[in-house]
Amino acid sequence: MAEISTTAGSRVTNIRDDYMALTRRKRLYSGILLAIFVALMVSGFMVADARNAGGFWDGWTNVLDFPRTVIAEASEKIHELPGHLVTFFPALIETINIAAVSTLIGAIGGAILSMLSTRGMARWPRLIPVFRRIMDVMRAIPEIVIALVLIFVLGGGPVPAMIAIAFHTVGALGKLFSEVNENASLKPVEGLSSVGANWSQRMLLGVVPQVAPNYLSYALLRFEINIRASAILGFVGAGGIGYELKNAMSWGQGQYDESAAIFLLLFATIVTFDQVSSYFRDRLTHGRKQEMLA
Amino acid sequence: MTMTATNTAAPLKDQAEALFKRKRMISFGMPLLILAYLVYAFFAFDVPGLIRDADPENGRTLIRDSYSYKTHVTRDNRSGEVEVAIEGERKGEYPAGEAPAWVALGETTVITLDGGGIVTFGPEEVSYDIPGYGLVTARPGNGGANATFPTEDLPEWINASKNRVAITTDEGRLTITRRKSELFRYETGWELFFFTLDSPYHGMGPGTLMSRALSGEAGAIWDGFWHNNMWRHADVAWALFETVLMAFLGTFGAAIVSLPLAFLAARNFTPLVVVRQFFRRLFDLFRGVDALIWTIVLARAFGPGPLTGALAILVTDTGSFGKMFSEALENVDGKQIEGLQSTGAKPVQRYRFGVIPQVTPVLLSQILYFFESNTRSATVIGAITGGGIGLLLTQAMITQKDWEEVTYYIVLVVLMVFVMDWFSGWLRRKLIAADESGH
Repeated sequence: MAEISTTAGSRVTNIRDDYMALTRRKRLYSGILLAIFVALMVSGFMVADARNAGGFWDGWTNVLDFPRTVIAEASEKIHELPGHLVTFFPALIETINIAAVSTLIGAIGGAILSMLSTRGMARWPRLIPVFRRIMDVMRAIPEIVIALVLIFVLGGGPVPAMIAIAFHTVGALGKLFSEVNENASLKPVEGLSSVGANWSQRMLLGVVPQVAPNYLSYALLRFEINIRASAILGFVGAGGIGYELKNAMSWGQGQYDESAAIFLLLFATIVTFDQVSSYFRDRLTHGRKQEMLA
Repeated sequence: MTMTATNTAAPLKDQAEALFKRKRMISFGMPLLILAYLVYAFFAFDVPGLIRDADPENGRTLIRDSYSYKTHVTRDNRSGEVEVAIEGERKGEYPAGEAPAWVALGETTVITLDGGGIVTFGPEEVSYDIPGYGLVTARPGNGGANATFPTEDLPEWINASKNRVAITTDEGRLTITRRKSELFRYETGWELFFFTLDSPYHGMGPGTLMSRALSGEAGAIWDGFWHNNMWRHADVAWALFETVLMAFLGTFGAAIVSLPLAFLAARNFTPLVVVRQFFRRLFDLFRGVDALIWTIVLARAFGPGPLTGALAILVTDTGSFGKMFSEALENVDGKQIEGLQSTGAKPVQRYRFGVIPQVTPVLLSQILYFFESNTRSATVIGAITGGGIGLLLTQAMITQKDWEEVTYYIVLVVLMVFVMDWFSGWLRRKLIAADESGH
C-alpha cells in the first residue's frame, strides 16, 4: 500500500516537473518573442525618427498647433463658413460619386470574378486558379499607382480615381464574395441546371438571392473605405474634395478658413457614412437571423 | 369549413401576390436604378470630354518606355562634337571616343539602324537612308535645316518645317535643327539596370561575372550594382523598407495603444456608461478624421518623413482597432474569468489568463490583416508626406520621362504587397495554430 502511494506520488511529481518545465519553456519562448518584438518596435521607431525631417521629441508638443491655427482662423471668419461649405459641396458630391461608382463597378466585377473562382459555380472549372490569381493581383496593386498612371494619360479628374479604386475594389470584394459563395447551397444551382438554365441564369437566380445580403453588407463596408480612398487620391491629383483641400492648404497661413470647411465636410461625411453603413449592415445580418428564426 | 378555408386563403393569396409584385419590382427596379445612376455619373464625370481630351500619345510613350529605352546620338552642328548618351542623361553618357557597336564615330559618324536604315552625321551634311523610301539629306546651317526629300509629298511620319525636320520611324527618330542633329534609337530592355557605363563590369555576361565574383571580386561587383546611380537600387530598397516600416510601426503601435483603451470601451469590463461612451466617441473621432487629415496635421508638426506616415497610420488605426477590440472583448466567455476568480486571481491576473488567451487569435488575425493592407496605405501616405516608395513613385512620375523607373517601382510595390500578404497569412496561420493546439 505504502509502495503504491510512493510510486503514485513520484508519478505525480514527474508530471508536475514535466508540466513546470513545459511552462517555463513556453514562457521563455514568449519572452524571447516579446523581446524581439520590442526591439523591432524601438529600433524601427528610432530609424523612422532619424529619417524624418522633424524629430518626434521636438514635434509632439506642436501636434496641436496646426489644428489650433485652423480653428482660430475658422472661428475668426465664422460668418464665411456656411458660404465655404456651399462652395465645396459639389466637390464633396464628386468624391462620393467616385466612391459610389467604383464600389458599384467593383461589386459587379467582384461578384462575377468570385463566381468564376468558386468550385461548383465556376463557368470554366479549370480556370479557377487563373481567376483567383487575377483577383490577387488586382487586390495587390495600390490605387495610387493606377491613379497616377491614368492621370498622366487621361489628365486629372474623377475618372482616373474612379477606375483605380474600382480596379482595387474588384479584387478586394471578389475575395470576400468568394468566401460568401463557399457557404452558399448549390442545390438551387443544380435544380436550375436540371431545367436547362444557362450559366448566367443559374448564377442570377440560384446564387444571387442566397448571397445578396452578405454581398450588400461587404459592399457597404467597401463603400465607406472607398470614400476615404477617393479623398486621398484627390490629394495626389484626381478630382473631388481632396483636390480642393490640396489647393486650400497651399494658400497657407491666413487662408485656413477654407481648409477648415473642407475638413468639416470630410469629417461629417465619413462619420455619417460610417454610422449609416454600420446600421444597415447590422440590419442585413440581424434581419436574416430573424427570418431564419421565424 | 370550406367557407372559412377560402376566407383565410384569399387574404393569404393577396399577400403572396403583393409580395411577388414587390420582389418583381425590386428585381427589375434595382438594375434600372443602378443603370440610371451610372448614366448620371457618366455625364457628371464628363467622360465624353475626357475621351476627347485624353492624350493617346502619352499612353503610347508610357507603354513604349516601360519596356524599352532610347539612346541619343547628338551632334552639335556648331562645334561638330558627337555625344552618345543613354536616355540623354549625363549619368548614361558614353566616355568621349566610345560608342555602342552600331555607331561608328569619325569624321563622318555612321549609325546603322535595325532594318537597314543608315544615318550619317557628316561635317556638312546629315543624311538618313530610309529603306523603302529613299535618301533624306539636310545641310543644317544659316538657312535652317535645308532638307531635301526624295518625294514631293511627305509621308505623315516626316514633319518638316524650315527650321526643324523630324523623321519618326519604328527604328529611330531623327531630329534636325540648325543647332543640332539628334537621333533616338529605341531598344528593348531596361538600360544599365545592373551596371552603369563607368563601371568596369558593364557589358559582361552572367558567366564572366560569376567567374569574376568567384575570384574575389564579388564585393566590388555587388557594390557596382547596388550603387548604380542610374537605378539607385540601394535607395529603392531603402524606400521599400521605409514603407514597410511605416506600416509596421503604425499597425503595431496602434494595437499596443488601443488594447488597454478597448477594455475601457467594452461593456463587460467598464460598467460606467460615461467612461465607455467617452472612449467609444474617442475611437469614432480617430476613425472619422481620415488618414488624409491626420497625415496633413501630423506633417505640420513632424515635417515630411516616414515617422509622420507611421504616426498617421497609428492614429487612424487606433480608432479602428479600438472599436474592433472592444467588440471582441464584449464577446469573451465569462466562465473562464469566473473560474480564475474562484481561485483568488487578482484583476490583472484575470485579464492576463482569462481574457487575453481568448481574444488573442481574433486580435492577431485582425492586426495582421491591417498590417498587410497598411503596406498599401503607406505607399499612398508616403506620396503625400514624402517617405518611402510612394515618394519615389510620384517623383519619377512628375518628370514624365522615367517611365521605365516607374514600371520598376510599380513591379516592386506589387511584389512587396504580395510578400506582405503571404507573410501575414503565414504568421497568422502559425500563431493561431500554435495558440489553439496548446496554450
